[in-house]
Amino acid sequence: MEFAELIKTPRVDNVVLHRPFMSRVEGTLCLTGHHLILSSRQDSNEELWLLHSNIDSIEKRFVGTLGTVIIKCKDLRIIQLDIPGMEECLNIASSIEALSTLDSVTLMYPFFYRPMFELIEDGWNTFLPEQSFKQIESLTDEWRLSYVNKDFNVCPSYPPILAVPKSIDDDTIRKVATFRHAGRFPVLSYYHKKNGMVMMRSGQPLTGSNGRRCKEDEQLINATLRAGKRGYIIDTRSINVAQQAKARGGGFELEAHYPQWRRIHKTIERSNILQESLIKLVEACNDQSHNMDRWLSKLEASNWLTNIKEILTTACLAAQCIDREGASVLVHGTEGTDSTLQVTSLAQIILDPTSRTIRGFESLVEREWLQFGTFLGNNSFERGKLKLPQKTVSLWSWVNRPQDTERFLNPLFEANSLVIWPSVSPQSLLLWEGVFLRWNRSSKCLDEAYEEMIHIIEHNKELQSKVSTLHRQLAELETEDVQLETP
Amino acid sequence: MEHITTPKVEQVKLLDRFSSRATAGTLYLTATHLLFIESNTAASEETWILHHHIAVVEKLSLTTSGCPLVIHCRNFRVVHFVIPRERDCHDIYSSLLLLRRPASYDDLYAFSYNPKQSEQQRAGGWQLIDLASEYERMGVPCDHWQLTDVNRNYKVCDTYPRDLFVPVSASKPIIVGSSKFRSKGRFPVLSYFYQEKKAAVCRCSQPLSGFSARCLEDEHMLQAISKANHNSRFMYVMDTRPKLNALANRAAGKGYENEDNYSNIRFQFVGIENIHVMRASLQKLLEVIGTKSLSMTDYFSGLESSGWLRHIKAVLDAAVILAKAVTVEGASVLVHCSDGWDRTAQVCSLGALLMDPFYRTIKGLMVLIEKDWISFGHKFADRCDQLDGDPKEVSPVFTQFLECVWQLTEQFPQAFQYNEWFLIQIHEHVHSCQFGNFLGNCQREREELRLKDKTYSLWQFLLNDQENYVNPVYQPGFSETHPVLEPSTLPFSFKFWRNMYHQFDRSMHPRQSVLKQVLSLKASNRDLEKAARALEAKLQKQGVFLSIAVDSKSKDPVHPVRPKSLILSAPLNCKEDEQKLSVCDRVRTVEGSSSAENGYNEEEEEPASFTKPEPTLVSLERGVARMTC
Repeated sequence: MEFAELIKTPRVDNVVLHRPFMSRVEGTLCLTGHHLILSSRQDSNEELWLLHSNIDSIEKRFVGTLGTVIIKCKDLRIIQLDIPGMEECLNIASSIEALSTLDSVTLMYPFFYRPMFELIEDGWNTFLPEQSFKQIESLTDEWRLSYVNKDFNVCPSYPPILAVPKSIDDDTIRKVATFRHAGRFPVLSYYHKKNGMVMMRSGQPLTGSNGRRCKEDEQLINATLRAGKRGYIIDTRSINVAQQAKARGGGFELEAHYPQWRRIHKTIERSNILQESLIKLVEACNDQSHNMDRWLSKLEASNWLTNIKEILTTACLAAQCIDREGASVLVHGTEGTDSTLQVTSLAQIILDPTSRTIRGFESLVEREWLQFGTFLGNNSFERGKLKLPQKTVSLWSWVNRPQDTERFLNPLFEANSLVIWPSVSPQSLLLWEGVFLRWNRSSKCLDEAYEEMIHIIEHNKELQSKVSTLHRQLAELETEDVQLETP
Repeated sequence: MEHITTPKVEQVKLLDRFSSRATAGTLYLTATHLLFIESNTAASEETWILHHHIAVVEKLSLTTSGCPLVIHCRNFRVVHFVIPRERDCHDIYSSLLLLRRPASYDDLYAFSYNPKQSEQQRAGGWQLIDLASEYERMGVPCDHWQLTDVNRNYKVCDTYPRDLFVPVSASKPIIVGSSKFRSKGRFPVLSYFYQEKKAAVCRCSQPLSGFSARCLEDEHMLQAISKANHNSRFMYVMDTRPKLNALANRAAGKGYENEDNYSNIRFQFVGIENIHVMRASLQKLLEVIGTKSLSMTDYFSGLESSGWLRHIKAVLDAAVILAKAVTVEGASVLVHCSDGWDRTAQVCSLGALLMDPFYRTIKGLMVLIEKDWISFGHKFADRCDQLDGDPKEVSPVFTQFLECVWQLTEQFPQAFQYNEWFLIQIHEHVHSCQFGNFLGNCQREREELRLKDKTYSLWQFLLNDQENYVNPVYQPGFSETHPVLEPSTLPFSFKFWRNMYHQFDRSMHPRQSVLKQVLSLKASNRDLEKAARALEAKLQKQGVFLSIAVDSKSKDPVHPVRPKSLILSAPLNCKEDEQKLSVCDRVRTVEGSSSAENGYNEEEEEPASFTKPEPTLVSLERGVARMTC
């Protein structure tokens, strides 16, 4: 098979592994098509299984013939391998490099992974668009499912089945699609059952510099408004960026053509800026110098939390328009595939109690991100071509097994049907230590405290059932006594 | 009462600090409190501000809606009133200026506070903490350390306590000689004894060495301390000041120990800044976090330029060095700064907290504060601005200590018996002057004030309320596996203490309190265990007819009444909240969490003004905001 060509040296002995907060391990390094494995061969616990696709970058260094490979992983872990022998080290490094940057999707691990667990439910069928629409259908008859995109002709990056206003026919939709970036015409993202307001998302309108309009587009989004009510368009770009987009054929909805809509511009950075921000943040977190000022200024300069605050604020704004103003909302940026999805999905977490459950969250990811955005393959069309449901296992198949779901449950969770309004002040937004400091500090004490909290909660449940059992026993005894006495 | 000319003002507006929300109500001025009662809500929420808590009162220039009065409190509450008539505002303002800091101790709240306790209870409260038994617990007196009566009458050092522990080999002439060579007579004495290695943590003030002065008795004194520990051939002298400050002190005839003159000492600076730097730092921090619609960038750069976390880290770094020297090297350490009552108190107490699990219990923290802060003469009266004194003496040194403890509780969530609410309550009362413990600057002064006869001790009150201060995940066994805490002092290990500095800013808090939830689960567990035991006992008497069923109420978790705390006041679960709200037919929301309060909208994009245009009112309110900011 193809992998063999990429693996120049499949095995090296006497390799030393260094990981933060763990003692060094000496053992044999093996490369397989998808994994880097290091085993001490004495104690089965001391093994490292690293997926090549988890590798972000590698560096190599030499002191004499002892080579060192430093591997930076996508989960932000940094590990070091000391490999004796210059040739072995170079071979290993180039193999890892090749294996972690495979061109062909079909060579990736999901196409080779065979689950070691029994498939109870197939995650590929867990969240079907027809099903989630059924719920909306039971609440309103203003929306319908359209199959206009069933061949991915109208919008290649949209799924084949989409929810659109009932009063808008497929021909109109085709025209609207020509007026929206990459054909991403406005579709239903969320229906707020409390007041019947909706959130839609789309690509930017292609007004261009001469202010082109599209009557069908106006017709489509106006169809979502109640009589006499106005709606909000949340543009995730600053007004300047939106203005500049006009020169490239894009643009934004002009007041004159959309008098029933009020446009609000927010500034969510584009994905390349976010990526830079992430790199700076990770770099700041890995700086082990003891200088407080440097840490704070690096944290600030990374802009990571500034971006988080902006995304969250925009999501809150969308939620506020829907829940408090009782208005419908259309969200878009340029393509409608990044910042738009951040806003629409977070707004749903704020508004919709279901999306705060495990299943609901999965469904949200499936609806907002997978069908309309990223992951293995970029959209439904690509994923369809790859035959993913036939050839790979869905993450949901694994996560939704009862024993695994349990691990992901928040022990303090209590269902509530409220809209949750977070604070977005800088003092309230914290660095996500679980992710960004995961490998930089020991979390043993914190984990143990968390375990203790779970224990208290579990103990409470046990005691409650014990007390009710005792009550029942006592009650039974009493009735027996009564029966004995009465005759 | 002679200071109060206007005891009541109606139609006062209380403006929210971070949003444009305002509530109307009545302002009352009493001898001890400023009180605001909301008039239009069914619940009539009350805001009580103790006069002694007031740090700054500002009367801002008159606006169309009235005269703004802004009050900054020592417990980090900031209130912004708008009083309709300028005259009333001025009256309140002038009264508060006089009431907030009286000229004499007798006018402090502690002397009029009456919790309706018997004399016996009052005396009991003061007997709760006994330092003599604390020294005994540490393991002194012993072969090498003894109690000295040299300061029985405060003759040698009037800012030290009467009872002091010194090396057995330090004779009275040595002690007296050494004290004459130390600033304010604060000679080296024992602060903590690490029994396992017989190593001592000692404290003193800077030597009066100038450029070349020596004192044989002082040199003997240090040698005696060093010799009292057979584990190490040398002792550390930790000067907690930055080197530059210590050098500057030499010009004034003070300074630091010359290693050439003292045999077997290892001298080290640790660079904690002085009280003035700390005061300015906190002020800057409060300015930054008090900014309306603060951006993330301004927050971080403000946090950095305030230097607050840098200072917290410096204090904790010093404590870690101290604890390592004692527990790992087994060396004795002498700690000092300039006068030995600020930085020295911080480092000695935090060092002991790292070394000794006892100080991580509720009672233990009380003992630690009594010992290193109160008895050794941290100048609480000056530092906390109790009387109308020199503003340059005010400094958040003790606040920093509490914050360092909090930072440790965050790193070791199971090591501490107390939770952050306990630390915040102590902070509250250090400034409230409601209890006698922290009044005055030293023990001698406290005795003169006869505090034990005239006031109450805080500790009894905290103990009575203990269940609120318990850390629900505390693990007493943790101290066995981790007798000495080794915290990380990497910058990312330090966090901004939101619940302290924003304790009164409801919109900043998490909407649900994990602490409260787990505390009430613990309480529920206790009740259930009791109920289960009772039921089991009944079942054991099988055959006996039971006419009364076990009270089914004991099954329900009982939520004890808690003090008014925003940290603990988040709704226990949202169901409660939901019910409450549906009854009063208000918009359903999680408490402390309304979209309006958080202001997600930029000013000009406020949807509210779009759907409900009220241009006159909006512009008027903005006008107020602009003029008062």
